Amino acid sequence: MSEIIKVGMADLKVCTAPNGVTTLGLGSCVGIAIRDTATKIGGLAHVMLPDSTTIRGSESNIAKFADTGIAELVRQMEAMGAKRSRMTAKLAGGAMMFAFQNKSDLVRVGDRNVEAAKKKLAELQIPILAEDTGATYGRTVVFYPETGDYIIRAVGKPEKVI
Amino acid sequence: MADMSLENVTKNYLDVLKEIGNIGAGNAMTALSQMLQCKVDMQVPQVRLLEFKDVGELMGGEEQLMVGVYLAVEGDITGSIMFLVQMDSAKHLVNKLMMGMGSEEPGLNEMELSAMKEVSNIITGAYLNSLSMLTNLKIYPSPPALTMDMAGAILSVPAIEFGTIGDNILLIQSQFYDEVEIDGYFILIPDLESYEKILSALGLM
Repeated sequence: MSEIIKVGMADLKVCTAPNGVTTLGLGSCVGIAIRDTATKIGGLAHVMLPDSTTIRGSESNIAKFADTGIAELVRQMEAMGAKRSRMTAKLAGGAMMFAFQNKSDLVRVGDRNVEAAKKKLAELQIPILAEDTGATYGRTVVFYPETGDYIIRAVGKPEKVI
Repeated sequence: MADMSLENVTKNYLDVLKEIGNIGAGNAMTALSQMLQCKVDMQVPQVRLLEFKDVGELMGGEEQLMVGVYLAVEGDITGSIMFLVQMDSAKHLVNKLMMGMGSEEPGLNEMELSAMKEVSNIITGAYLNSLSMLTNLKIYPSPPALTMDMAGAILSVPAIEFGTIGDNILLIQSQFYDEVEIDGYFILIPDLESYEKILSALGLM
């Protein structure tokens, strides 16, 4: 019997196949799913903000930021025996939940989260296999390290697997 | 600014928001009662400081379908305000406003959306008025942006704004009744630079 481990907002979890990881109602946050294709060790980080370096007191929760969250997820996976050279990633989320015309960076935070996640993954040389990002709706995601399937559900839309 | 450490700012900020929240929610319910021309009973609003991960659960799960209305605030202070209700409650409110002419289908149609925006305008307007009167600051709301989606996804927007200053989100839960029970949630988010203005306007620093 496989188990699905829940990841909260500004949170991250690792798991091994056949278990999966899920996060519910991703909005402008980004869900970064990473797995080691050989050991089937995987994990999911639900990050809220792009960059820990611009925010005071950011040490308090490293899972909140794309840069530190991804680094920590990779570190925890490596501690379980995963190898970074075999890791691949998939991304979901980063929506713009409200349409404002004249808005600041904060409304575009979805895009900025996605960009920051890509930058960090590139820095760690982890290839991105697929993404379902942007647009204007929330997403619930489930990731299975066994197959690498990243299942995406949204309100009033058919289920998608990337 | 010497004593404006994160803890300090946050503590004062929360106390102030709690007070404003209580008064604002009361005024919002009065406005709603006038608009619907019926008696609306209200419980004392609960002001809650929650960790991000607990917010969705309070509203009936991260996947609970909600209507969220988001307004930017400009004038002497800047920031944003959000009002959330469950989809069922939103349906009930607009149906009431439209004298029972609301649709039976799930979700909100064009007409109902427009009615919902009106309801939100009045509720958030009453709320901001309280803040403005208490502080003597000029506060202008932008037109509301409305979305229907999962609670978690809608809440990511204010959570991200709170995320730039801490790990908690402050929300005001107000339960009100006419024939049915309606749970509404306000989230008030002044920008960091606006704390000082609000705090000093209230004589707190």
